Amino acid sequence: MSTFAIPAATNVGNPALNITIFALFVLVTLVIVVRAARTNTTAADYYAGGRAFSGRQNGIAIAGDYLSAASFLGIAGAIALNGYDGFLYSIGFLVAWLVALLLVAELLRNTGRFTMADVLSFRLRQRPVRTAAAISTLVVSFFYLLAQMAGAGGLVSLLLGLDGVGAQRVVIAVVGAIMIAYVLIGGMKGTTWVQIVKATLLLIGSVVMTVWVLAKFGFSLSNVLGAAVDNSPKAGEKLLGPGLQYGKSDLTKIDFISLSLALVLGTAGLPHVLMRFYTVPSSKEARKSVEWAIWLIGGFYLLSLVLGYGAAALVGPKAIAAAPGKANSAAPLLAFELGGEILLGLISAIAFATILAVVAGLTITASASFAHDVYAQVIKRGEVDADSEVRVARLTAVVIGIVAIIGGIFANGQNIAFLVALAFAVAASANLPTILYSLFWKRFNTRGALWSLYGGLISAVTLIIFSPVVSGKPVIPETGKSLSMLQGVDFHWFPLDNPGIVSIPLAFFLGWLGTVTSSEAPNEAKFAEMEVRSLTGHGAEKAVAH
Amino acid sequence: MSHDAREHTGTYIELQQTEEFGELRRRFRRFVFPMTALFLAWYFLYVLLAAYAPDFMSQKVYKEINVGLLFGFGQFISTFLITILYVRWADREFDPRAEALHDRLEEGQR
Repeated sequence: MSTFAIPAATNVGNPALNITIFALFVLVTLVIVVRAARTNTTAADYYAGGRAFSGRQNGIAIAGDYLSAASFLGIAGAIALNGYDGFLYSIGFLVAWLVALLLVAELLRNTGRFTMADVLSFRLRQRPVRTAAAISTLVVSFFYLLAQMAGAGGLVSLLLGLDGVGAQRVVIAVVGAIMIAYVLIGGMKGTTWVQIVKATLLLIGSVVMTVWVLAKFGFSLSNVLGAAVDNSPKAGEKLLGPGLQYGKSDLTKIDFISLSLALVLGTAGLPHVLMRFYTVPSSKEARKSVEWAIWLIGGFYLLSLVLGYGAAALVGPKAIAAAPGKANSAAPLLAFELGGEILLGLISAIAFATILAVVAGLTITASASFAHDVYAQVIKRGEVDADSEVRVARLTAVVIGIVAIIGGIFANGQNIAFLVALAFAVAASANLPTILYSLFWKRFNTRGALWSLYGGLISAVTLIIFSPVVSGKPVIPETGKSLSMLQGVDFHWFPLDNPGIVSIPLAFFLGWLGTVTSSEAPNEAKFAEMEVRSLTGHGAEKAVAH
Repeated sequence: MSHDAREHTGTYIELQQTEEFGELRRRFRRFVFPMTALFLAWYFLYVLLAAYAPDFMSQKVYKEINVGLLFGFGQFISTFLITILYVRWADREFDPRAEALHDRLEEGQR
């Protein structure tokens, strides 16, 4: 390790209080999960919550899924330290919902049953396409999981007064274990209720903090901005305009465009978001879900602008950068500054709940994809009863939980918004081109799907591995550490942090090229069925009646 | 369940060829494709301005509020607006047509 001393973690807040509030949340949500689990009997219950949630409920749950630790902690921190460039993240994350609303949500709800692969393999050769789609689902979910778990470590050291790497690891493991319990007991129904509770708490907490910040500055956004500038001697006026993080050189500008592309095209390719559309009874309710999600998510990002600049103004970039968890601790530190120990405890519990809930949502998606796509359809060729499929899904959830814990330990300390951006890049490269082609392009065939899925996936992941994110960023003199994931090695050759600008167009191109070079004729009957069903909702899966 | 539907592939092909279904698909695409092009163009205009015209974006409009912030809010407003427009369009124009075709299929299967 470095010679740089980790600052004491316990100079803010009261660990006992924090633990109490957090334990209370876990207890309440566990009761909800156990109650929700009573009616879990079929596969549709476990994977899709019986398709019985209303559009509004699902919209709130989507907001819960989407407003992850990356949004709450990462964006507030990015705005506090990098100013306007942090705001750019939130705009990409929001505008992306229009792709889901206009092109994907309803058509997907009408044609699929449980997973993204259901739709992609609908009119193509089942086994190869399902396998590819499941692999892509697992990879995207893993990147996303990594980001959430990384956030947990830093947050905990701040809250519970646990400094030291060992203690953080223990807490990451505890988070993972609670999350596994949610998924095993509650299935999609329990997970959805946890999301709803969490999203509501998160929105209330953010509104309270935003009003509080504004009240301190005479309810003038301009005054908040001015104070943020005054309190950031290093960045100064630059905090309010674009370019602080991405304006340094031509390369960083291209990196920024690459990121923006990945953000706007990634959402509609995120498997855990897509799977949420199956929890409502119809495509009309799916539309309503997205509508609600857009209002809630958009509203939240407007609040996070105030929170981020508020943290810069009231806490100051120096204190944030010195805290354990760095940028990710801007929001909790702001809470402490405003309302002392109690507000810090509440906000931290919400942030913690956020991580738990999102991790649970990701785990159920990944386990569903493995059990439903790989185990039931590819390995058993559909010759399997629903009970053993769900059993496999539960087992997979445990394995994924353990992998997430180990990954989280390694990713500890990375900026979460940034790690999530990588998950978006993989989703936008591998999944979105394939989804759009299969919904809208009649001629699209199996080879096209495999090329765009594997091409997008492999190119995105390869470029990330050989990017400065993983190795080769210069060592910062003050900390003696590089910002890359790995220290002391440099094998990067791809200059950008985000691969989107290369891998997304490449995947679209490969999908086209694979299709036109294949002699496989389009399955007219299946295409007719898919098109008619996707637009009219005929034959769509119905809600489970209990 | 979908298994009932799958036995009626012939009906699907038949319906796909009808004038009414063609009309439904045309209307759907005529709304969502241009709208997608529009919001993507507007978004990338914003992204490019942020990357290559930081001085313009940093110009103060009112006290500390600058052009970039207003552009950013503009993205929020356009997103909300398109959502409202789409939902209203879908309720009025799309759903009745889709439901009529859905019901026709149901009847055809009896």
